[in-house]
Amino acid sequence: MYLGPVLVTFAVGAALIVLFFVPHHQAQAVNAEILEWATIVYAFALILGSISLWNTHARKVRHRIEGWPYSLVTMITLVAVTGLGVVFGTAEGTAVYAIYQSVNSPLASTMFALLAFFIASAAFRAFRARNLEATLLLVTAVLMMIGRVSIGEFIWPGFPAFTEWLLDVPNLAAKRAIAIGVGLGAVSTGLKIILGIERSYLGRSN
Amino acid sequence: MSWAQRLLSVDRRIIFVLIGLGTAIPLLMPVNLPITVTPRVEAAYQTIDTLPEGSRVLISMDYEPDTMAELNPMAIAIMRHCFRKKLKVIGMTLYPAGPGLVEPAMKAAAAAEGKTRNVDYVFLGYKSGFQTVMIGMGESIRQQYPVDFYKTPLDSIPVMRGVNSYAGIDLVVNLTASSAADYWIQFAASRFKKKLVLGATAVMATDYYPYLSSRQLLGLIGGMKGAAEYEKRMDLFGDARRGMDAQSLVHVIVSLLVILGNVALFASRRSGGDGTPARPLGGPR
Amino acid sequence: MNDAQTWIAAFLTLCVFSFLYRDNPFYRFAEHLFVGAAAGYLLATQYQNVILPNVIGPLMAPKIQASGIVLTLIPAMLGILLLLRVFPRLTAPARWALAFYVGVYSGIAVTGYMQAQVIAQIADSVKPFEGGWHAVNSILILIGLLTVLAYFFFSAPHTGLHGLSARVGIWFLMVAFGASFGYTVMARVSLLISRVQFLLRDFLHWIPGVVS
Repeated sequence: MYLGPVLVTFAVGAALIVLFFVPHHQAQAVNAEILEWATIVYAFALILGSISLWNTHARKVRHRIEGWPYSLVTMITLVAVTGLGVVFGTAEGTAVYAIYQSVNSPLASTMFALLAFFIASAAFRAFRARNLEATLLLVTAVLMMIGRVSIGEFIWPGFPAFTEWLLDVPNLAAKRAIAIGVGLGAVSTGLKIILGIERSYLGRSN
Repeated sequence: MSWAQRLLSVDRRIIFVLIGLGTAIPLLMPVNLPITVTPRVEAAYQTIDTLPEGSRVLISMDYEPDTMAELNPMAIAIMRHCFRKKLKVIGMTLYPAGPGLVEPAMKAAAAAEGKTRNVDYVFLGYKSGFQTVMIGMGESIRQQYPVDFYKTPLDSIPVMRGVNSYAGIDLVVNLTASSAADYWIQFAASRFKKKLVLGATAVMATDYYPYLSSRQLLGLIGGMKGAAEYEKRMDLFGDARRGMDAQSLVHVIVSLLVILGNVALFASRRSGGDGTPARPLGGPR
Repeated sequence: MNDAQTWIAAFLTLCVFSFLYRDNPFYRFAEHLFVGAAAGYLLATQYQNVILPNVIGPLMAPKIQASGIVLTLIPAMLGILLLLRVFPRLTAPARWALAFYVGVYSGIAVTGYMQAQVIAQIADSVKPFEGGWHAVNSILILIGLLTVLAYFFFSAPHTGLHGLSARVGIWFLMVAFGASFGYTVMARVSLLISRVQFLLRDFLHWIPGVVS
């Protein structure tokens, strides 16, 4: 059932690994062509996401599920912004640019700004020194919060250098180990996919 | 109910008000606390500062509005530095919502330093794919970007004359809030051996210290604090520097909240309680 | 931004902040408006920055050759096949496009991660210690690296020497995560500062504004 797509995955993946080692100009030209194809396919994948979003909200409106007027807002905005952007572009001076500056940008940044309140509330309620490890985490966090801002230097002139040491030594060691582990995991997953051992990305057979 | 249990049961909206005031008051009544430039930001500054005049700097501004507070000030300060050093800037973004931020940032930096598009800088625009774009540019920039953001063919842009791969680029700067940093390290720095400076959000900055040690990164600017340090080094007074007083005060508030929460917990346990609030903490009803 | 844009941005900012009191229709309206506008902007950007210059542009070029047409149509066809996933009965053709896409990124990942994250990081760890006090730091980094790797090795039980190493590794991890948490607070606060700056400066004009 999946033999064809699995062979495509193997051929493309193996080709890109081999082409990494071949510096010849013709080989790199083939490499560049494959990568440009992937760039274009990636764009369609993002478009697919927007279509799925449309379908989700259209279903809510069609069946008058609770909150459907809000879904209508989403659908109207999606169509309007897409249409204006495709016809007139998105550069400065266009309608979509104005919408971006007054709608997209403030809404996105404010949504994430809410996190400042929630992280403070969560730190007060849940950050507890229940054992040695939690205490170590808590103490380091407080030292970092105070030591990396201007007030830290006021309290103790050596604070910035001490926090720099925390980042340069224990933090570096742990993050390096994590990076090596993540790297090995990514390599093994990539090889499993290329060799056809891992096929979950193809979905279930019909 | 003991004081400790009352404290642990406080409505979280009171904490929200504290944070809000801690942010607003220093902005209304600034003290302008001194900022010290840390070694990693100084290293980033020196990497750009030591480039000869006319060098080409590729700046990939891979961020969206949700992280622009930290990365936009960095972008403007770095571009102004490049313009002051008479370097040529090639701007691009790998995030779909990036052009709306990158375009005005480039224009603002260029206007502040009296620079002209296509002569002193170019904005290539957005391209999807992350890694495929980074590797593809190693062979042919024009294959990935046939035209710039304004639909001008690259061949007719003076800044891009003679530049069709990393070979024509002297430094890569990546400003990002995501794993794009990992990919720039993998491809621009490791595979194509280009000098790389990273500007990252504070959330991820601590993850990249191993790459500084291995010299895969030559400098690291972390968060709004890093942006403020770069502005200080550039003798600019931008949004990042303006926000540092508020940053200090809110950090003190959060630290005190953490300490207070633990003190209240231990006090509550001593008085026979188990530390849990007497009633559910306040919030939206 | 002009005054109208500033007012709209301020109104929407306050709609989102109203969630701090409780969920309400203003917040939900702003949330859904954002989702639609963001998705629409994404579609417009894909068209203007990828489809138009990399697909339509080359196909409309005056002197395009047959090979150029084929090389441009192949990724376009793959992309359209991918879009067929929208229809449940047409997921089979979509798998070919997905296979190509996944194959590319898997191939890139193998060499990219191995070169930059595994080999380069191990190489930087296996080098002579620097002189003086730097040697102390280098020893600590090596101990941290080995003990954290010991912690993440779950194929053997964490007992004896392995268990002791893992325990020390956890301490290094706690310091690293504490540093990350401190920086995370910094990041979130920065986002809030930016929005409050916008409200106080650009909307209310209570603080002066010009980026110098």
